[in-house]
Amino acid sequence: MNLKYMYSLLAVIVLFLVSYILAGTGMAFKVLFGIILPYAALLTFIIGFISRIRNWARSAVPFRITTTCGQQKSLPWIKPNAIDNPFSKGAVVIRMFLEIVLFRSLFRNTRLKMKAGPKITYNLEIFLWVGALAFHYAFLTVLLRHLRFFTEPVPILVQLLETVDSFFRIEILYDINQFGLPGVYISGLVLLAAVTYLFLRRVFIPNVKYISLAADFFPLFLIFGIAFTGILMRYVTKIDVVAAKELTMGLVSFHPTIPEGLASIFYVHIFFVSILLVYFPFSKLMHIGGIFFSPTRNMTADTRATRHINPWNYPVHVHTYEEYEDEFREKMVEAGLPVVKQPVETPPEETEKKE
Amino acid sequence: MSDLLKPEELYKTDSRPPRTDWMDTPVEIRRGIACYAGNPKSLEYVGLPNARKWSCFDEDWQLPENWQEIIHEGFKERLEKFRSFKVFMDICVRCGACADKCHFFIGTGDPKNMPVLRAELLRSIYRNDFTRAGKILGKLGGARPMTLEVLREWWYYMFQCSECRRCSVFCPYGIDTAEITMMGRELLNLLGLNIDWIATPVANCYRTGNHLGIQPHAFKDMLEFFQEDIEEITGVLVEPQYNKVGADILFITPSGDVFADPGTYTCMGYMMLFHYLKEKYGFDITWSTYASEGGNFGFFTSHEMMKRLNAKMYAEAKRLGVKWIIGGECGHMWRVINQYMDTMNGPADFLEEPVSPITGTKFENAKSTKMVHITEFTADLIKHGKLELDKSRNDNLSVTFHDSCNPARGMGLLDEPRYVIQNVCNKFHEMPAGTIREQTFCCGSGSGLNAGEDMELRMAGGLPRANAVKSVHESKGVNTLATICAIDRAALPDLMSYWVPEVEVYGVHEMVANALILQGEKDRDTDLRGEPLPGMEDSDE
Ligand code: HEM
Ligand code: SF4
Ligand code: SF4
Repeated sequence: MNLKYMYSLLAVIVLFLVSYILAGTGMAFKVLFGIILPYAALLTFIIGFISRIRNWARSAVPFRITTTCGQQKSLPWIKPNAIDNPFSKGAVVIRMFLEIVLFRSLFRNTRLKMKAGPKITYNLEIFLWVGALAFHYAFLTVLLRHLRFFTEPVPILVQLLETVDSFFRIEILYDINQFGLPGVYISGLVLLAAVTYLFLRRVFIPNVKYISLAADFFPLFLIFGIAFTGILMRYVTKIDVVAAKELTMGLVSFHPTIPEGLASIFYVHIFFVSILLVYFPFSKLMHIGGIFFSPTRNMTADTRATRHINPWNYPVHVHTYEEYEDEFREKMVEAGLPVVKQPVETPPEETEKKE
Repeated sequence: MSDLLKPEELYKTDSRPPRTDWMDTPVEIRRGIACYAGNPKSLEYVGLPNARKWSCFDEDWQLPENWQEIIHEGFKERLEKFRSFKVFMDICVRCGACADKCHFFIGTGDPKNMPVLRAELLRSIYRNDFTRAGKILGKLGGARPMTLEVLREWWYYMFQCSECRRCSVFCPYGIDTAEITMMGRELLNLLGLNIDWIATPVANCYRTGNHLGIQPHAFKDMLEFFQEDIEEITGVLVEPQYNKVGADILFITPSGDVFADPGTYTCMGYMMLFHYLKEKYGFDITWSTYASEGGNFGFFTSHEMMKRLNAKMYAEAKRLGVKWIIGGECGHMWRVINQYMDTMNGPADFLEEPVSPITGTKFENAKSTKMVHITEFTADLIKHGKLELDKSRNDNLSVTFHDSCNPARGMGLLDEPRYVIQNVCNKFHEMPAGTIREQTFCCGSGSGLNAGEDMELRMAGGLPRANAVKSVHESKGVNTLATICAIDRAALPDLMSYWVPEVEVYGVHEMVANALILQGEKDRDTDLRGEPLPGMEDSDE
């Protein structure tokens, strides 16, 4: 049995219980979960993130190893694939933009089937692409929507986003919205669904299950926990949003306070967020930064037209033509191949003298 | 090859990962998959460390006392020298998009041949040795300490990757497992753990200028042999030039084409094309016996070895005082020329920006490296109507084109060879989408794995390619697999006879030469292989 995800699930449950119980015991822990940990986490995140980026930036880029995914620019009458085989910096920017915004490479994904025959087929497999896009955009939307808790007045763009996000009203179950925007946010539900999908594929697709580490399940559970507690607060336990904003505004204005009347579940929510922030720079979640540094994607493919400089290029031992000719001169002359130095007909006595 | 499994036995449709976690599944080095160890003489000749007689099947690999330290330090050095390595160690999310993209995984079903797991073999050590999270979380975070068992695993799986980069096309971050394999092999080479099929060609190339160890006089002999064949078939005597100081252009091609069928026919093709151009346009091109290798098995050893072997190209071009260089049909050779040569051994400021002396076309895309691919050169000639061609001479061939990994994914040379083929052949059919162009499948024998002892691996790894050929063979009657790679020409015939026996392997310039009408040629009744031309089948009798 491969139960790697149990460790991560257990870890998240423990974190939940610990924060839930402790937050209910009194002011000290509310200060811990509501003020100290968020500050510490954010600081860790910022420092960690920057130091990882700097660490990558410190490593050299000796060669231009672009992965070319289309026709090169060569003869004028052959149509190059400007984006997948980018000849200019501008084309690289477009390529990177499409990777980051649309996960373009992932869109190429195929699924292999091996049938009798033998016959192998490759069909487009867009589920991972759809799932990953849904997950990331839902996450982004949720993140941006939360700006409302950190700004006063709330920027017009954030309000707009909220309107769009809650546009497709499914059904208004609880009309408790203090901000005057009734409705269900799609992003929260999509996030939950997408995380669930990403989890299920790690459990049910044999190959993906086999490559998954315990560490791959942890952020999924954690994000599930964040989304779940968030949805719970909004639609079920109906948290005091004004109090919540008082706390968050306190954090951004560096006058932290712990307002009355915030339920323990709120502290769990921000504790989970703090954990995610701390976990982020030390884990694969750094892929957000890494993709910008990926040499197979962020470099031009014009290597034959403009020389790339390797900062640590050093001289190496080579077998020179002279050494080569010295070894093979007689044979070359005999075969009628041109040589630089003619073989000298040395009389026997002279050779002896040399020795 | 006698104990090789039958195709039906090799083809597994139901491979499932083992029940035990990959870290707890010990490696079993198998015959038929593994290659023989590098000959100590070859390692010594080029100064590689820990040269000794050993075998991967031995209990004791005779490693230096401090081998763990060597690996650790080597790892560290490469993390600093190669951002690719560091970033690829850090950012894989194990989404699995690359998993079923590797031909070796498809063919062998061995989960450690999934690109992501191949990379995890190194990544697990990276986490343990170089990251805080790895040190704290240990196995939960995918970290493990370096042991002999891990080293054996590295060796086994680094030599089951042909550095084809197909995985990199599909990875959302462009993680290129070929790059990781290259680092893995560099590290293994620090301990003297190369395979002979790479180590000996490297030593040969260093000494004689080519992988096969052909000495200058023998090189000339071999081309003279082709001269005779060509004269017999066409009635025309072609006369290649060698090591000619002051020639306009230097020609460099893989030595495999000089040495073994069917590459030899491609080599004859070059000779005929150059002769044609010389007679008609005064084209002045020289072969070199010193730079008599296009390929670069140093590339499969280390970046340094790649540079050492590649240096001959510019050195010889400089010595001969040519204007620029044309490179023949070869796969990894062109990855090296396109992405490494100018950086490593340039700037080639003693050469001129390449201009075709016949059409006047400026090869702007090669203006710094000053080396042009022969299919770029020939496509340009054809476009300008500079070649007299009789396509019908190739009418017996129903052709499909195998994109070689390196020109496809390390260059993007996709339409030039297709243009040439379609101008010298009437029947051309593409293999199914998903198996050509940037998604092409490796022949299964690239990156120095085309030895004899790993035939099971090669036949398994070549399965996806062969299967795509089979599909056009059955649906379109394709009987010819054209390629622009010398390793392909050496490896694909075995692969075809194993999976699709009715298909023959051709180089593009062999087909060009079949169609090319030489001045003063006799009525040809056979192609370069001595097979009757279309309509001439009965003329012998
Ligand atoms: C910028 C380009 C990005 C790309 C191309 C990208 C792509 C991906 C992909 C393909 C996955 C794999 C899904 C899976 O687990 O199977 C993933 C997972 C994930 N990404 Fe991103 N991502 C990007 C940015 C971000 C950002 C900005 C965040 C910020 C929070 C992020 C957070 C995550 C998380 C939390 C996961 C789930 C990890 C897991 O599956 O265990 N990603 N991403
Ligand atoms: S596709 Fe890329 S990120 Fe996904 S598992 Fe493979 S190497 Fe890792
Ligand atoms: S480079 Fe090619 S052979 Fe190596 S892991 Fe990737 S797909 Fe497989």
